[in-house]
Amino acid sequence: MRMIVIGGSAGSFDLILSILKGLDREMNTPIVIILHRLKNTKTILEDYLQRQSHYVVKEAEDKEFVKAGHIYTAPSDYHLLLDENLRFSLDASEEVNYSRPSIDVSFESFSFALKENCCGILLSGANQDGAIGLKMIAENGGETIVQDANEAEFATMPEAAMAIYKEHTVCALNNIIKKMNSYAK
Amino acid sequence: MIEFSELEEIIVLIQKQYGYDFSGYSRASFLRRINRFMEISDMKTVVHLKNGLVNDPDNFNVFVNEIVVNVSEFFRDPDFFKSLVDNVFPYLASYPKINIWSAGCSFGEETYSLAILLKEMDLMGKSRIYATDISANALDKSKKGIFPNKDFKEYSNNYFSCGGKKSLNQYFVSDGHKSIINSELKKDILFSRHNLVTDGVFKECQLILCRNVLIYFNEELQNKVLELFYDSLPVHGFLALGNKETLRFSSVHDKFKIIDSKEKIYQKIK
Repeated sequence: MRMIVIGGSAGSFDLILSILKGLDREMNTPIVIILHRLKNTKTILEDYLQRQSHYVVKEAEDKEFVKAGHIYTAPSDYHLLLDENLRFSLDASEEVNYSRPSIDVSFESFSFALKENCCGILLSGANQDGAIGLKMIAENGGETIVQDANEAEFATMPEAAMAIYKEHTVCALNNIIKKMNSYAK
Repeated sequence: MIEFSELEEIIVLIQKQYGYDFSGYSRASFLRRINRFMEISDMKTVVHLKNGLVNDPDNFNVFVNEIVVNVSEFFRDPDFFKSLVDNVFPYLASYPKINIWSAGCSFGEETYSLAILLKEMDLMGKSRIYATDISANALDKSKKGIFPNKDFKEYSNNYFSCGGKKSLNQYFVSDGHKSIINSELKKDILFSRHNLVTDGVFKECQLILCRNVLIYFNEELQNKVLELFYDSLPVHGFLALGNKETLRFSSVHDKFKIIDSKEKIYQKIK
């Protein structure tokens, strides 16, 4: 099974809403969203995303099997990992890049589990989380897309990814959506 | 770094040489911890890892300490501790003696959080906390009860959020960098080594806390450990799991009732 995993931080929430709105109705490739969130606060992220999507949107649960037609979010205060048999596993270990969930941790884990069947997308953000993980997805044969730093509200994250690996595809938002729709076919 | 395909031989090697059974660990999590261990130990390939583990028992202890996640904080998830005080402590108060098992105690943050709340509710005098962990290093640190000051702002916020009545500082002696838990809070806590994978019932306890441990296990091992907890509780005893852990898929789920579905507090009913 192919999967798409999106990492984002500051300035990414509206982008993700736009992406979900722009996806083809017949698309059902599983999507995982790793968004930096505050802990100990009740958010209704999933409700917002659900309103924009024909997918079923839910928080990933420990040992849950990935299913087509689902969008999964990483729960606040846990890292989200993926097993070879495509089951999620949660992890409460150290923050990475001051973040839990960390995009690097998920990208690395997904690249091991999915190899070439993984598409990693890195959006706007004010720190460097995700850069090392995205490089691993690329090195394991997956597709990698970085939001055009000129367009991103916070360019640090996309720039950090490009600084350590030049081969990522750089796209503005509308092209990220096109790439996702064609990746699913 | 190593990959999923290389895990099995490492698991077999450790089982043979040291008797530790990691076969029930979540593969994704085990792979992540091994790669982290290799990174900090400057090991590049699976051959380095195998040599390191086989030839150096001291190194194996470092390995175990790194594989087992020992990350916690005081009053982690304040809503959980508030629910414990509101929904479980009044029930425990009716017992003449209270035994509590803190399973997977990390560096003692959760165990001491519990002790502080028991003290504030005047229950510490008749309580005994059994704190266990698989890691000798974690137990040593727990017993010492020394914590870096930099985290105390957050701990203090957590403490007040869960209904703490006084000030967190009064339970510690601090210098410029670290704080040591008052010995008065230690005296009714017994720290000991226990491996949830291989060891049996530890002690009959009216309350068992095991939070953010089961997520590192596969479903089969999760179930085995939940059966162990069932066997360790009297009828009406309480079980508290981590926020993202559940009894729902286990063989014992119909033997418990839900006390707090969000904070994952259960009571044994048969």
